[in-house]
Amino acid sequence: MGMTITEKILARHAGMETVSPGEIIEVAVDCAFAHDVTATLAIDSFRKTGAHNIFDDEKVLLVADHFVPNKDIKSAQQVKTMRNFAREQGVKYYFEGGEAGIGHVILPEKGFVVPGQVIIGADSHTCTYGALGAFSTGVGSTDLGAVMATGEIWLKVPSSIRFEYHGTLGPWVQGKDLILYTIGRIGVDGALYNAMEFAGPVIRALPMYQRFTMTNMAIEAGAKNGIIEPDEITLAYVRERSLQEFTVEVSDPDAHYEKVITIEVDEIQPQVAVPHSPANVCPVADVGHVEIDQVFIGSCTNGWLEDLRNAASILRGRSTARGVRLIVIPASPWIYKQAIREGLIEIFLNAGAVIGPPCCGPCLGGHMGILAEGERAVSTTNRNFVGRMGHPQSEVYLTNPVVAAATALLGKIGGPDEL
Amino acid sequence: MKVQGKVWKFGDDIDTDLILPAQYLNITDGAELAKLCFSDLRPEFALDVSPGDIVVAGKNFGCGSSREHAPLAIKMAGVKVIVAKSFARIFYRNAFNIGLPLIESEEAVENLSDGDTAIVDIAAGDIKKVGGNDIFHAKPIPEFMREFITAGGLVGYIRNKKLKKG
Repeated sequence: MGMTITEKILARHAGMETVSPGEIIEVAVDCAFAHDVTATLAIDSFRKTGAHNIFDDEKVLLVADHFVPNKDIKSAQQVKTMRNFAREQGVKYYFEGGEAGIGHVILPEKGFVVPGQVIIGADSHTCTYGALGAFSTGVGSTDLGAVMATGEIWLKVPSSIRFEYHGTLGPWVQGKDLILYTIGRIGVDGALYNAMEFAGPVIRALPMYQRFTMTNMAIEAGAKNGIIEPDEITLAYVRERSLQEFTVEVSDPDAHYEKVITIEVDEIQPQVAVPHSPANVCPVADVGHVEIDQVFIGSCTNGWLEDLRNAASILRGRSTARGVRLIVIPASPWIYKQAIREGLIEIFLNAGAVIGPPCCGPCLGGHMGILAEGERAVSTTNRNFVGRMGHPQSEVYLTNPVVAAATALLGKIGGPDEL
Repeated sequence: MKVQGKVWKFGDDIDTDLILPAQYLNITDGAELAKLCFSDLRPEFALDVSPGDIVVAGKNFGCGSSREHAPLAIKMAGVKVIVAKSFARIFYRNAFNIGLPLIESEEAVENLSDGDTAIVDIAAGDIKKVGGNDIFHAKPIPEFMREFITAGGLVGYIRNKKLKKG
């Protein structure tokens, strides 16, 4: 029997001809990633294994992106621990300050991650890189410490679910809406332990940044990884950014899937995930009158350059509604510079936005835009759990950047058609 | 290994932000994390939890972020085992990696209530309510994961493996 793209990548990295779902294997890791919040514990575990050196100084990547610029003394200590470790171990790719952005955006942008790789990151949204046709999954700090020591990780081969998207996307409907709709349909554990393989003509036509948005949120359905077979769009993106050699894997026609789910996209409208679950979705038109205190456009989910362009196309020449705080955070220094060159930042500032430095920002309620009791935010991020962006009695609604921009202008949740 | 303790019962889809809110992710000290465990959801947990207590939860426990601070906070609070209908995958790895065993049993979860006292035989996967007659059987912990428990977690497992190789 044939194998899925996920199985093929895992088999090759385990030095095996074939693998099957459920099998426990040890695989070689091409790229290991941690950030300021997870690195400290990972470094502890690394040292406890008895290892003295990381397995490869070009394959361990460390990025300060969560609580930076350091929000307080404890956060500063964490970054210092990571920085000192990077120096001690000669980590070649350590990013901080003006070189750093959100790890999940700068790793593809700088060409560190390419198709066919196995990428393990101490962050749940490591599944993002699956958009490039890589096997990519998030782990905790102890796992990452062990990877840094050995260059290997044990994995249970996930069984794959194939999601096939057919039809024509309506106006303002993007990758974000497809993934929210999908999670809404299968639930937050609908793909628990599975590989989510996104396929079909709609995905083939989807630009890279929207593919990243989709694989980024595979974890929100409980998946081990999200993945999209590389095609011309993928290869054009990678060749522009990377000199690394890579292997393109695709699923065999007779590959086995636990399920194949076909989704007709014609009727899908821009989606809103209402509190407090990413699976709690409805079309924006059905949300009702929900007034908003804050709008955040950014994050590893929707902080890409094209996301900012889309938001700017709505905000151009307009101002945010009275009482709405709009926060825009470009996901990387390159995106930030490009947004300045293209005049996007000026459009945001004219609309009344606050621009933050490239980092995770308020997505996880760490800093730069925390919500008070009873406040409501629309956010282009990935989670709307209780207390995710601040006070346990605050609320987060997840949308695409276009709906978020329109909401900032309206002062209540709504799409661009209402402007 | 058998543990006996008070049951702290939780619902479905308890995410890592509820177990340990992100604002505390600048803390790595286990004892400090234990004091903040479930702080938004059940502030009394950290105050009243006793060593040996058991967390019992619905499906998809530990969904959300990869923060190891979440299972670490629960472990450092003295909890010896978590019984749930199912676990989110990163949380599952993390817990075993730090030597906190997890067992899955829908039946046990349905039949245990908050405040009950239960006895859990972790190796056998048997769960019993004190004062009740039924014994609930969990899915056996995979052989591979049992080695982790014996070794006290992934770090111990790797050290043992190296010693064997060496």
